Amino acid sequence: MHDAPSAKELIEAVKAFIDKTAAPQLTGHAAFHARVASNALATVLRELEIRPAAEAEEKARLEALLGTTGDSANALNAQLCEAIRAGQMDLSTEGLLPHLKSTTIAQLSVDQPGYSGLRSAAR
Amino acid sequence: MGNGIEIEKPLTAWAEAHFGAGSRLEGLKRLSGGASQETWAFDVAAPDITHVLILRRAPGGVAAARSSEAVSLATEAALLGATSRAGVRVPEVLHVSAPGTPLGEAFVMRRVAGETLGRKILRDDEYKTARTRLTRDCGEALAGIHAIPTAGLVDLPRSLGEDQITKYEAIYRGFGMPRPVLELAFAWLKANAPAPAAPVLVHGDFRLGNLIVDGNGLAAVLDWELAHIGDPREDIAWVCVNSWRFGHSEKRVGGFGDLPEMLDAYAAAGGARFTPAEIDWWEILGSLKWGVMCMIMYSAYKTGADPSVERAAIGRRVSENEIDLINLFEGLGRHA
Repeated sequence: MHDAPSAKELIEAVKAFIDKTAAPQLTGHAAFHARVASNALATVLRELEIRPAAEAEEKARLEALLGTTGDSANALNAQLCEAIRAGQMDLSTEGLLPHLKSTTIAQLSVDQPGYSGLRSAAR
Repeated sequence: MGNGIEIEKPLTAWAEAHFGAGSRLEGLKRLSGGASQETWAFDVAAPDITHVLILRRAPGGVAAARSSEAVSLATEAALLGATSRAGVRVPEVLHVSAPGTPLGEAFVMRRVAGETLGRKILRDDEYKTARTRLTRDCGEALAGIHAIPTAGLVDLPRSLGEDQITKYEAIYRGFGMPRPVLELAFAWLKANAPAPAAPVLVHGDFRLGNLIVDGNGLAAVLDWELAHIGDPREDIAWVCVNSWRFGHSEKRVGGFGDLPEMLDAYAAAGGARFTPAEIDWWEILGSLKWGVMCMIMYSAYKTGADPSVERAAIGRRVSENEIDLINLFEGLGRHA
């Protein structure tokens, strides 16, 4: 399969169309939704860049934390949730909070990089 | 969005009866926001003076089956009356319209001048003086609300911290989208639950966005739909949740104030004496609740109930609450 244009280029083109052509012609509710749409595409662009490495790191941390291997970060997260729910892990568990913090910082770097809580976490 | 034609006649009839013959309806306009109720702004030009008013109305004038939490408009109007008599700054209610009348289930109140947008209140020079008074004003308002005798308040749901954990955990589990930070928050809240305080009238959504602020400080407390009988610390913590600090994280109270100052004002106005550490548990519950509420709004997209890009995108805000929860966990023990 080719990638010319790449997914990134296509999304950038659509985002530029919304920002420069469509949004300026819209008013009221539609203009608001155009801004939200443009922001959603910006999220996808950040995700394309950040997710592969961040998720691989997350998976490695989860395997170390749980002492097991898994097919995906998703499956390991379900296991982690079960362990927390069952009371086998809590705030006093070595490495749990730092892992969750690293994962959430990566997630926010995709979702809402300007969020104030992200700055507080970095301090 | 209604165009107002169906309510023009009954509103005019009410205005003439209330303010005298010859009173005219002017500038009727539906305001944005408030999905569960219609909110309209309008003026009545009476023979002597123009009255600036708000109509709150059930959609189409008929109360739909709403979420079990939201109180009826009649109850909301009764709460405004009770809180006003107790000296809390709220809009004055002029008329309550019953279901089945031409206007339908609705009430009319005076429109209080001022600003509700958090970002403007926290940033604009116009509110510089207000910002220095708002922390005390909020403490005093909450003490006033929490002191209102609950015996005479009909139709209010009862929801303590434990009830809210049960409710929001069931919703979270129903989505089948496990998120370890939320999981940790549920488990921690259950393991560290404080002894319940004596139940009081709780506003339920006391935060920037639902407060009218003018140049002098707090002008009115709005949006009583989520009022219930509950724990006073819920209200104190909700205005502290970082989602409502609009970027001004360093000020724990709404992005404008310090918690010890609000707690002092609260106690001086007759409220119980709480410490910042006692508010931590409730702020964690608040951030967790808002995270689950973002999941609820995203699920409206996922199920097809609301196909808008806005509902889809809000699912990417849950991580905001997750970092807030982590920051709160790291800060535990830091408050005296």
